Amino acid sequence: MNIIHLTLKIWRQTGPESKGSFKTYESGPITTAMSFLEMLDVLNERLILSGEEPVAFDHDCREGICGMCGSVINGTPHGPEKKTTLCQLHMRHFKDGDTLVIEPFRSRAFKLVKDLIVDRSPFDAIIAEGGYVSVNTGGTPDANAIPIPTFTAEQALDAAECIGCGACVAACPNGSAMLFVGAKISHLALLPQGQPERSKRALAMVKKMDELGFGNCGNEKYCEKACPKGISISNIARLNREFMKAAFCSVEE
Amino acid sequence: MQLDHRIPSGPLTEKWDRFRFETKLINPANKRKFEIIVVGAGLAGASASATLGELGYNVKTFCIQDSPRRGHSIAAQGGINAAKNCQNDGDSIWRLFYDTIKGGDFRAREANVYRLAQISNQIIDQCVAQGVPFAREYGGLLANRSFGGAQVSRTFYARGQTGQQLLLGAYSAMMRQVKTGKVTLHPRSEMMDLVVINGQARGIVTRNLITGAIDSHAADAVVLATGGYGNAYYLSTNAMASNVTATWRAYKRGAAFANPCFVQIHPTCIPVHGTYQSKLTLMSESLRNDGRVWVPTRSGDKRPPTEIPEAERDYYLEKKYPSFGNLVPRDVASRNAKEQCDQGKGVGDTGLAVYLDFADAINRLGEAAIRQKYGNLFDMYEKITGQDPVKEPMTIYPAVHYTMGGLWVDYHLMSTVPGLFVLGEANFSDHGANRLGASALMQGLADGYFVLPATISSHFAKSALVPITTSHPAFTEAIDTTKGRIQRLLSINGKRTPDDFHRELGLLLWDHCGMARNEAGLKLALDRLSELREKFWHNLKVTGSGADLNQTLERAGRVADFIEFAEVMILDALSRQESCGCHFREESQTAEHEAKRIDDTYSHVSAWQYQGEDQTPTLHKEPLVFENIQLSQRSYK
Repeated sequence: MNIIHLTLKIWRQTGPESKGSFKTYESGPITTAMSFLEMLDVLNERLILSGEEPVAFDHDCREGICGMCGSVINGTPHGPEKKTTLCQLHMRHFKDGDTLVIEPFRSRAFKLVKDLIVDRSPFDAIIAEGGYVSVNTGGTPDANAIPIPTFTAEQALDAAECIGCGACVAACPNGSAMLFVGAKISHLALLPQGQPERSKRALAMVKKMDELGFGNCGNEKYCEKACPKGISISNIARLNREFMKAAFCSVEE
Repeated sequence: MQLDHRIPSGPLTEKWDRFRFETKLINPANKRKFEIIVVGAGLAGASASATLGELGYNVKTFCIQDSPRRGHSIAAQGGINAAKNCQNDGDSIWRLFYDTIKGGDFRAREANVYRLAQISNQIIDQCVAQGVPFAREYGGLLANRSFGGAQVSRTFYARGQTGQQLLLGAYSAMMRQVKTGKVTLHPRSEMMDLVVINGQARGIVTRNLITGAIDSHAADAVVLATGGYGNAYYLSTNAMASNVTATWRAYKRGAAFANPCFVQIHPTCIPVHGTYQSKLTLMSESLRNDGRVWVPTRSGDKRPPTEIPEAERDYYLEKKYPSFGNLVPRDVASRNAKEQCDQGKGVGDTGLAVYLDFADAINRLGEAAIRQKYGNLFDMYEKITGQDPVKEPMTIYPAVHYTMGGLWVDYHLMSTVPGLFVLGEANFSDHGANRLGASALMQGLADGYFVLPATISSHFAKSALVPITTSHPAFTEAIDTTKGRIQRLLSINGKRTPDDFHRELGLLLWDHCGMARNEAGLKLALDRLSELREKFWHNLKVTGSGADLNQTLERAGRVADFIEFAEVMILDALSRQESCGCHFREESQTAEHEAKRIDDTYSHVSAWQYQGEDQTPTLHKEPLVFENIQLSQRSYK
């Protein structure tokens, strides 16, 4: 197991209204088997003991599925490894002596809470507009009543894998949430269960997305590159198609 | 304390129907007059919130994460069981019931488990209707796989992320109710206390994790769906923020804690790499369907696995348990791995690992087929360890995974505090002494979608609840207690961090209250625990203040509760002088060193009642009565 030393330039900001700045820390000895967040843990333990407030960062499952963690490392959301959340990024991907600039997921729609923590509740607000199938508990048909081709189910799952981390928004120069919204729209538009509300869903979710200050897609694919789950930009194409179809052809408001 | 299980009379198969028929209902127009607090937004909390909202109740849902889509149910990989018998392989509700009771080593209630098996099929229907993209066969019907401990294929799955897809389904159903206004969300809120008025649970005190504000919320019933306490061990497969605080505070307000010593140690996790490791990652045990577990026959053999010839490999599970082989239940697999490592046959840098080898399956089915089945698990393994399981065997080791113990609940899922309901992993009800694979998702959703919505109405119909607001003195008292506790944590100003104490607690529990326990070790752990508690309250260091986002303070509060809770866990392990399920008491073994259950003395639920600060809790026993099945000693040979 190797030991490396890094210089960390970390964004410190005590609250949404205060002014933030980068502060430089030496990492101390870091073993390369550690995850990125464990490296931050080590730094924080040292900061606490020295009486300095540790770096606040969001994290929970630490196995790449809850979507809670995420920072921008040297300009890239979730760091340099493809299809990897920050908690699953291991220090073996860095070299001794590297300098890492660590920033929060910045975007107009995500307000900064503290240090590396941002408010991603706008994502929940978009889902509340239609990211569901309106069925109450009970009274649903037998699960096998409607056959779904393997390919369709797999394609829907490809989209449904989105963990809602917000890296796509942070990566996008326009601060667009269209990969996130496109993933949910695609997941439900592909499945038979999603058909009845297909138009209504597309119209309502896009409207909310715009309202909340997310930008438009510029087809630059930064989001796809940053996505830890590899959600394809083709979901944005499907979102556009669904929205256009609903806007032109749907009788619903 | 009376432990009345309130199981309906009548034949097992009719109890749930009978309950639903005999229970008093609340008129739809009156449902909107009731406020319900749900704490936790994992599978159980989200499904309960959604369903209660649909029924017309006013629901306030609290979670500690920034969004209610992140509860740790999301990390469940393998699948969810249901008795649909889709594969025509002899499954039935009765078989799922029997397997679950037997898997739990006959330490769960027949009536609860039977109901769970009955509801299992509806859960799948519900999830599919929500748009959960389960795996499908080419004909378009649902696919199944077999899962640890089962001889039928009854597990429904969505690649290796079934928990995620089910949780997102429940979350989306709940968000629909948020839109209608029936559910109000309170993310980044931690429950700090339960408020009990006239013997009824009537509210909670919370801390806003962003502003530090201590708030109180009144309601007609409180539902805890706050998950398990596996993080007492520091290293576990739980999420970092998973904690015992909510259930522990409820315990201190009168809710009995049942079977706290029943902790499942999962056999297939990625081994520990170093001191600063923050958590352990589980590799779904579905891997054991195609992976073969082995160690070198010679202890101390440090050759790389590919250089160890077939004749010098010990496939110890296949040898010892010919009929179940690599698919023995979790406790058996875990204990055997520990046994091999204790004999010096462990592999990897630390010697605390065994191999899980896919070479045979790849030869038989081809690499593509294996990757299709386990692709994301293989990627996950490679990401963490830097090794490709197709080229060399995985290394695995057991880790704390799931806690069968939890707050005691009756058939209605109500705790010993009337009006306090407990769902999912937070209660003790359905898994006995050991949980079968793919049963946790089933239980969380059964409790939330189907059981609680039916039982809570009977509570409201029967209880004459007087209107209460947060100006009641009981709220003021709970707020003051909470503030005092936070102040105390902040004012110690010692020299050790919360994590440092947590690690020490974890090692203590892992060593003495882990895979195998004995009286001497448990007693030693009790002594060391009181020393640790003393040190914690004298030498803890928490930076910052209570008036804003302070993750160190959050952690300190949770560690303080884990330290208190650990005592009850150890007391419970001490009092149960039998081996059963995951609880292996070294004093209670057969001649072949297998677990020996003692039904005459220990066929009961142990429920612990709080008696006050520094007082030993009282043990109450709820006898387990088996009228429909014959108790047998588990044998997987």
